[in-house]
Formats: sequence, structure tokens, C-alpha cells
Amino acid sequence: MARVKVSEAEKVYILHGIRDDLRVDGRSCEDYRHMEVETDVVSNTDGSARVSLGHTAVLVGIKAEIGKPRPLVPDEGYLEFFVDCSANATPEFEGRGGEELGIELSNTLYRVFNNRSSVDLKSLCISAGEHCWVLYVDVLLLQCDGNLYDAISVAIKAALFNTKIPRVHMSSDEEGGKEVELSDDPFDCVRLNVESVPCIVTLCKVGHRHVVDATLQEKACSVASLIIAVTHRGTVTCAKKMGGGSLDPESIFEMTEAGKRVGKALHAPLMKLLQQEESLGKKRQKVGFLG
Amino acid sequence: MAGLELLSDQGYRLDGRKATELRKVQARMGVFAQADGSAYLEQGNTKALAVVYGPHEIRGSRSRALHDRAVINCQYSMATFSTAERKRRPHGDRKSTEMSLHLKQTFEAAVLTELYPRSQIDIYVKILQSDGGNYSVCVNAATLAVIDAGIPMRDYVCACTVGFVDETSLADLCYAEESGGVSSLALALLPRGGQIALVQMDARLHQDHLDTLIEAAMTACKGVSKVLDQVVRQHLQEASTLQE
Repeated sequence: MARVKVSEAEKVYILHGIRDDLRVDGRSCEDYRHMEVETDVVSNTDGSARVSLGHTAVLVGIKAEIGKPRPLVPDEGYLEFFVDCSANATPEFEGRGGEELGIELSNTLYRVFNNRSSVDLKSLCISAGEHCWVLYVDVLLLQCDGNLYDAISVAIKAALFNTKIPRVHMSSDEEGGKEVELSDDPFDCVRLNVESVPCIVTLCKVGHRHVVDATLQEKACSVASLIIAVTHRGTVTCAKKMGGGSLDPESIFEMTEAGKRVGKALHAPLMKLLQQEESLGKKRQKVGFLG
Repeated sequence: MAGLELLSDQGYRLDGRKATELRKVQARMGVFAQADGSAYLEQGNTKALAVVYGPHEIRGSRSRALHDRAVINCQYSMATFSTAERKRRPHGDRKSTEMSLHLKQTFEAAVLTELYPRSQIDIYVKILQSDGGNYSVCVNAATLAVIDAGIPMRDYVCACTVGFVDETSLADLCYAEESGGVSSLALALLPRGGQIALVQMDARLHQDHLDTLIEAAMTACKGVSKVLDQVVRQHLQEASTLQE
């Protein structure tokens, strides 16, 4: 992650503020920064979304390709993740500098999203054992100001909502082999059900309290953090502790409860916004980075 | 491509443009607050994001520092979802390294590096969507980003990719035209003095046509420079009115 130098006096200031539920920018401990979500920003992809959370900016593009299903689960498709920590975010990511962080992020994303309880993988199957849809989810990190996991998970959920997979049907040719045919109508497509896709909430332990959506400065003062994947019902699907410090069991329990509360509250407004955007259809003004 | 005419008899290209017409250019400066300078530029369907850090102290080995001017370090990379076929590696392949070197050469000609000895200027360009003219869009976006960072330059650097087909020069090629067997030439120009920063061509072209092609490229670049100038002035106006 991009490094931010914080002096001892600043650390004390941040710690005391958080103890009184007042962060540097005036938020309370469980408030998110200003979040902007926009879908369908890259036309070469089957689904895309751009999320900016404070100064953190993330762009996700999804491409659907036909591939062979994995041998253990022949009737399911799967997702492939790739996180590109670009040099745009910080010069330290130039060349191969961002690879380590990218691999760590993508490994966590595999655990959170690539399972049948998050995404309906059976709907990605075309013919069992032979053809299935593989969704290549590419995450591009443009600006880094803390809380990458949350921004990435919201972007992935929005991009999955926006993904249009072409409708295919199987046909058999003369020799008896099977062929996959795409339908002629380019607008004839299948949409994914993203109701149960979880959102990740990162909670950082600063002093004796925990904060949601920490900036880089707050992260520099924190001991350790906990990332939790929460669905719209408030169920925790994945939890992981990050950072070098240690947490005691009561704090983990408290943080999990807070994470469930915050995560559950994140889903409803997000789905409402996505559906509103969708209902505008062709009349929608695409802003992208020009706005 | 069989059956697709790059230039019809009435003089229209594949996307309906005339031979000397450029694609629509839309740009915005100051897209990211954390970088020293940033810009986003769209030319038709090609979208590029350029970010500039610097001038700052040389990172890594001190031996690379030049005693009398700044080192310009460029990286060109493409998003994995930018092309129609998914690209597996965003950067590090030969094409990207070559492009990075071209960008470095282009900006060394324009930036007043003598003002910042022993320091480094980083220019990072990312292609978000690729539809032809990648190098040109990168140069145009990077010019705006360098201006946004406040780094002094001799002049705007404007670039355009032109092609030659049926005795006519086509300005600002799109991907279908580039891959359709057109001899394409990429040119980066400093418009006021008419100085060429970079010329690159790797196709066969008859010697007699070279002058016309370069002339067409220079005219197209001057057209781009007018648009970039307008973007910079508008950005300045917006910034100054907000501060009042």
C-alpha cells in the first residue's frame, strides 16, 4: 500500500479523536466517505463499474469467455480475478512493484466471491463437463487512499450487476460433435443475480475502538484490521485478520458485530442506485472520468 | 479485410468520417487529487489516463541522476480489459516497453528538463479502452497531465496517427483501419514551431507519398493542439472562478 508518514503527535491526535468518536474529517467511527458508483464505463467489456470512495478510485471490467469447467465441478462456471495495482496510484507500483499487493488482493477476492453461495455458478454452465462461462474480473487500482477491499467489492458487485452475458445454445453438427452458437441478436443476453453477492467491510482497530473506512493516516495508527464479507441478510461469509498487531477475542467479536451492521446497511442503497441507473437506460448521461 | 472498404467512393471511411476528419476529443485535467498532475482524454473510443509525479528526487539508484537536467521516466500500460481480446499482462511485454521508450523520447524534447537537475519526472499512462491510435492518445493525455502538474514545457506536444490508402491520407486511424492493412505513421509535433518530436512508421510506403503523409499528420496535430489549448484554458477558468 502507498506509505504515509505520520508523526507521533499526529498519531496521538487521531487516537484521541477516535476515542471520542470524532475522526479527522468529522466522520463518526462507522461512517463511510463520499462514494460514487457508475456502471458501464468501458464499452469493450461485458460489464464494468467505476467506484470512487473518498480519494480511492477503482475500475472493474468483466469479460465473459467460454472455457472448460473445472474437473471437480463440471456443472459450474467460475470467476477469475486479476488485480492490477497501476503506477497511477503511487510511483512505488511501477514495474513489478505493485505485484505483491495485487496478488494478495486477488487471493482474498477468490475466497470471497468465487463460490456458489455468492454467485450462482450453475447459471454459468453451458453444457456440463464441456463448456461453461468463465468470468474474467479485472480490477484496476487507480488511486490509493485506504480501504481498498471495500471499494473493490462494491465495484465488483456493481460490475456483476451490469454484466450482460450473450445467450448461447448448443447445436450438434454433422459428425455428432457439439457446437456452441451465439444468438444473432446482440442485445439478447442473460443477466446475473447479484442479490447474494457479499460486500467487504474493513474494520481497523485504532486504540480501543474500531473504525470503518479508514484513510491511510488512520491505518498507519492502527494495530490490526479485520475484513469481513457480509451479504444483504447480514450473514458473514468470510473473515480475515490483516496487519501485524494482535487482537483479543472480545474485540474480534465486537468488530464482527459492527461489520455485520455496517455491511447490511450498505447493500440496500447500492442495489437501489444500480436499479435506478439501469432504469434510465439509453437516456443516461455517461460521465466516466469526465465529470 | 475483405468486403470492408476503408475509403468509399464518396470519400467516407468505415466510421463515417471524411479523410481529414479527427475523432471527437474530450478531455479533463486534474482527475486525481493525489498525483501531482493527471488528465483523462478520450479520442473517439480510445480512452487514456495519464498521471504525472514530480519533479522529485531520483528514486532507486542515485547513479541514474543527471547533473544538468531531470530524468524523465515513462511507463505505458494497458488495462487487461482494454482490448477486444483480454490482455493477460498489463505491461512488461515488448510492445509496452517500446511505447514507454517512445513516450520518454517525445517528452524529453518538450519538457524544460534543464530547470530541474538531479531530479526525476514520472509519467504514467494507462489505456482504459483501445480503439486505434494508442500512442497518439497517450501523448495527448500526457501533455495535459504535465501541464496540470505545472511542469514547464516548450510547447504542447500533440500526436496523431495517419494512414495512406488509395492515394489519400487518412487522419486519426481507428483500430479497424490500423489492422486493415493501411500504412500507418505516428507523428508527435510541437505545433508552434512546427518541430517534430517523434516519427514512427513500420509499413511499406512509396517515397513519393512520404511528404504528403507527413503534411497530413502535421495538419491533424495542429487540429489536436487547438482542442488541447481549449481544454487547458477552460480548466484554468474553472479553477480560478472556484477560488474567488
